[in-house]
Parts: sequence; C-alpha cells; structure tokens
Amino acid sequence: MASVDFINVRKSFGTHAVIKGVNVEITDGEFVILVGPSGCGKSTLLRMLAGLENISAGEIRIGDKIVNGLAPKERDIAMVFQNYALYPHMTVADNMAFSLKLKGANKTAIETLVKPAAEILGLSHLLERYPRQLSGGQRQRVAMGRAIVRNPQVFLFDEPLSNLDAKLRVAMRAEIKELHQRLNTTTVYVTHDQIEAMTMADKIVVMNDGRVEQIGSPLDLYDRPANLFVAGFIGSPAMNMIKGRLDAADPHRFITEGGTVLPVVAAVEAAQGRDLIYGLRPESMRLDGAGLPVKVGVVEPTGAETQMIAKLGGSDLVCVFHERVSVRPGEIVNVSINAQATHLFDAESGVRL
Amino acid sequence: MSTTSIMKRRSFAGLLQNNTALGVMFMLPAGVFLLCFLTYPLGLGVWLGFTDTRIGRDGVFIGLENYRLLFDDSVFWLSVFNTILYTSVASVLKFGLGLWLALILNEKLPLKSFFRAIVLLPWVVPTVLSALAFWWIFDSQFSILSWSLIQLGLIDQPINFLGDSNNARASVIAANVWRGIPFVAISLLAGLQTISPSLQEAASLDGATSWQRFRYVTLPMLTPIIAVVMTFSVLFTFTDFQLIYVLTKGGPVNATHLMATLSFQRGIPGGQLGEGAAIAVAMIPFLLASILFSFFGLQRRKWQQGGSE
Repeated sequence: MASVDFINVRKSFGTHAVIKGVNVEITDGEFVILVGPSGCGKSTLLRMLAGLENISAGEIRIGDKIVNGLAPKERDIAMVFQNYALYPHMTVADNMAFSLKLKGANKTAIETLVKPAAEILGLSHLLERYPRQLSGGQRQRVAMGRAIVRNPQVFLFDEPLSNLDAKLRVAMRAEIKELHQRLNTTTVYVTHDQIEAMTMADKIVVMNDGRVEQIGSPLDLYDRPANLFVAGFIGSPAMNMIKGRLDAADPHRFITEGGTVLPVVAAVEAAQGRDLIYGLRPESMRLDGAGLPVKVGVVEPTGAETQMIAKLGGSDLVCVFHERVSVRPGEIVNVSINAQATHLFDAESGVRL
Repeated sequence: MSTTSIMKRRSFAGLLQNNTALGVMFMLPAGVFLLCFLTYPLGLGVWLGFTDTRIGRDGVFIGLENYRLLFDDSVFWLSVFNTILYTSVASVLKFGLGLWLALILNEKLPLKSFFRAIVLLPWVVPTVLSALAFWWIFDSQFSILSWSLIQLGLIDQPINFLGDSNNARASVIAANVWRGIPFVAISLLAGLQTISPSLQEAASLDGATSWQRFRYVTLPMLTPIIAVVMTFSVLFTFTDFQLIYVLTKGGPVNATHLMATLSFQRGIPGGQLGEGAAIAVAMIPFLLASILFSFFGLQRRKWQQGGSE
C-alpha cells in the first residue's frame, strides 16, 4: 500500500495538450475516483499512473518513489480494464495466477493466493472455466481477482462497470466498495458516471478538459461545488441554473432575467451588480402551497420520488419531490425554495461566490 | 395450351416454395462449375494414371503398371525427396520470417501502411516475372549477388547458383521463400491485429517481459491463424511448378525436380501422359495428409468455444 502523488503532471500528443497540469494527492488506503465527461483526460491520467503512457512533464510518485521512468511491471500496481482484458486462452485460475507464474512462484504458493481470492469474489466453482464461458459480471470479478492476487500497492480501475447492465452495475458497485473496505488498498478509479463517483469514493477528483476542476469528498462536491462545471456535473437530475442579478436594495433577493424573485441567504458583497447564476438543486424545493408560482409541464413519477419539469419565466425548472404529488400539466403550483441549499456563481468566470 | 402453361407455372411456383428444391437450384451453378473444372480434370487425371496414354495415341487400361514403374524409378523418388525438402525448408523459413515481419509491422512505425503495401509486392508480381528476375540474380556470369560479393572481396569468382545441385536447391528455395513471405506475413499481421492491445497492457502490468508477452499471450492466441496460414502455405509450396520450371527446369541432373515439374516433363514434353498423370496422382496422398493434419490441428481449442453457461 502506498500514497500516490500527481505533481503538476502534463501530457500532450504532439502539439495537442491532453493533461494540462494536474495536482492530486492521494493518501494511503484512500479510494479516489477520477470523474469527468469523456475526453477530459481522466483515463489518460490513469494510464500514465500505470505506466502505459509517457509523462510529458511533471512527476508521479507512488509512495516515495518517482515512477516517471519506471516500466509498468516495476510499479507494483494492478489494473482492471474496461474490457476486462482477460487472457482468453487461459482458465480463470490461470488468469489469476499469471502474474505469480511470471514471478516464478511454485504451485502451492500460487494456490494459497488464488484460492482465497477466488473465495472472496465467489469464483471458486468457476476456476476451471475459460473467460468465454463466463457472464459479464463474472468476467469483471475475474479481472478483480487477477488484481487482488498480486497484492499490489495501488489498484487502478478504468471504467470497470461500463460494460455491465444497470442492475449488475449497482451490485458490482457495492462489491468493489466492500472489497476496498476489506483490503484497504489505495485505489484510483476512473468513471464518467457521477453516481458511481458519489456512491463509492472517499475523494472525488472532477476533471474537465485536462484540468482538475475540484477535489473533495462526495458530499463536499454536492454541497459546495467550486464552479458551474462541478455544479452541473455532480447531482442527478442536474442543478437548475438561472441567470439574473442581486436586488440592488436587498442582497437577500435574487432577481432573474424574467423578473422573478428568488431567496438568497447571505450574498457576498462582490456579487452585487454583477451577472450571476443562481444554482438550485431539484431536490431543494418543496411543494407546500407557499412560495414561487410555477406552471407544471411534465410530471414523471418513479415511485420513490416524483420529478416535475415546470416553467419558470421562459425556462425549465426541474424539481424532485420525495413524496408523491398529484399535479396536472398546465396547473399553476407554488414551490418553496430551501434558501440554505442554493448556490450563487459568477456568470462570467463560473466561480462560486 | 393455356391450361398446360398454367400447370407449368403452377408447378414452377410450387418448386419455388419448396426449400429443398430451391436450395438445389441455388447450388446448381456452383455445382456445375466444380464438376466441370475440378472433378472432371481430377477424375481424368486419375484415370489417365491407370492407362498407357501417350500424346496422340489413346491408351488402354494397364492397372497399376505406371505406379510399379515409378516405384522402381530413382528419378521419381529423387523428386519426392526434393519436394519434401523444398516444402519443409521453405515453409519453416516462410513461417519464421513471415511472423517476424508481421510482428514488426504490427508495431507503431512511421509510414506503416507504406511498408505494409511494399511487403505485398512479391506476391502481386506474376510468378513467372519474379522467377525471371531471380533467373538473372542467379545467373552464372551476370549475377548481381556474385558481383556484389566479388566487389566486397568476399569471393574470387562467381557462384554457380543453378549449376550445382545443392546451390540450385538453396536458390529455388530462396526464391520461393521470397515469394511466399507476403502471404504469411500479411495473414499473420491480420491475426495479430485481432489481439486486443489491452491484453498486452494487462500482461505488462502483470510483470511480463516482451518475450513473455509474445510467448504466453500473442503466440497462443495466434495459433489458430498460424494453422490455417501454414496449411495453405504448405499446399502452395508442395504443388509449386512455375518457379522451378523457369529457373532450373528441374536441373541440374534432376536435383531440383519436384513432383509437379517431373509430372509435367514426363507427361507433356515427354509425351507419356499416363506416367505423368500417375506422378501427379502420387502427390494426392501427401496433400491429403497435410490437410488432415491441419484439420485436426485446427479443431477449435477449448478456449475458443462459445460460452454455454
């Protein structure tokens, strides 16, 4: 086990910069998730840590060792690939034992390592099968088993769940988290799915366009997004973003472009007189007869919660209610806003105020 | 008249509804083609082998006499030996060099597609044309190889490439290898490209050196394709005719006569159609053996079989 440090890491393919100076500190035993839209450089960053891509500038450390110049096999890391990358011509047992065989371990030593790993993952009865004969979830587990057997310093996961169906993905999510709690090995996990990031991570690194937008715990990112990108990326359905300004007379009133007044708890001085964006999470609204009148557009009940898309001024306002509501499209209803849970961003820079 | 035509149309429509009849009809063109151009010549060849036909004179059935004569014919046995030597040495070399070339071309190289196109050239050039080029390369006086080696001071006089038995054998094998490599290299390259790069990455993370990656990942995954490619390569080489015919015509002193060239020489210029056919028929057991060998070698390995839970 070890800590991992990215120090001002850069990567370019020719003149095209993909990673533009990334600094991330990962402490020993932490479960860190790199998340961002596709093409943001998160997978490249992971592959640089694995040694599969060169580092153009900066430094990557595993423990106290700078690993920039080390070959993948010298870094003592294990990686789970998106397509699992199981060796098709080897049985499950051989797949898991491959790294040990290369190290020259004898049969009994291999068995004492493979057996318990297979047990943890529920693969004991599949050891003699070939990857072709396994389902997606089983292959996923074999790939994890191959990593566990190595007992590496760091686990790397590259979008491991994206080839699974929705139900299995939820199950595997829990399994991976449980596995981490059991082994407590430093883990770096890449995904584009913010729900995966929110549910599994100790620490999330939100990336966009080769840069780190924000680093923090899941709830940190949810409660205090540093900028508009993070605010829009974390949370589902996405945060409502409403353009407007603060009332010159009363900083507790936000006036939208359409003239609607929204509540603000404590605005920063500097916010006065600037173009702002009012961030309002769909979950921070309630339907209790008082508050803002909106016109109901679409109602989508999902059982556990009800999603309502309403019109506020000219734009859509997405609301999520935890209770069942009986409103009809076209109806005017009043939603009250939890002012504590609202966010203000500078419209120009996107930074939180 | 109208009733019969309706009947006919009806029965034809009924035929179209019948799957078996329809299937036979679809296969008919291919069947006729195979019958005319494959079965008939093959059958005729086998038949001729049992007769004493000569050019210009119909023969009579003489049973196995042709084969008995061949059995005592030292030139025939020399040609069998030559064919086996030619096929085995050339195939091994083609496989080794072809695999090596395929591995190189599978790396990230500048001008990769250009090199891939270049590699195919020997295969695209008509055999007779390349054989003629080799004829000049192996010429006893004007050989560019001899000339270069003399200029380098390595030898004093030109090498007698095609005049000496062993030199001649080596020379025709070299020409065949040159011609056969592209097929092996490009086919194996296609096979290499079906191997996911993430397998190589996984292996390198698992601690494999590049040799171990080749030995434990690339090679086992390539074996099915190697089996197909080498079967074809062996069949092509075993039945080779053009290169030998242009370069040596089987000489010197039959040292490079293959079964195919001997069959032709006895049958057409020699006029002994029956004997020539018998030699050609004698190739069939060898070819069948290599096909059977690859058939059993090619049977799908356990790991390739589909997943039944």
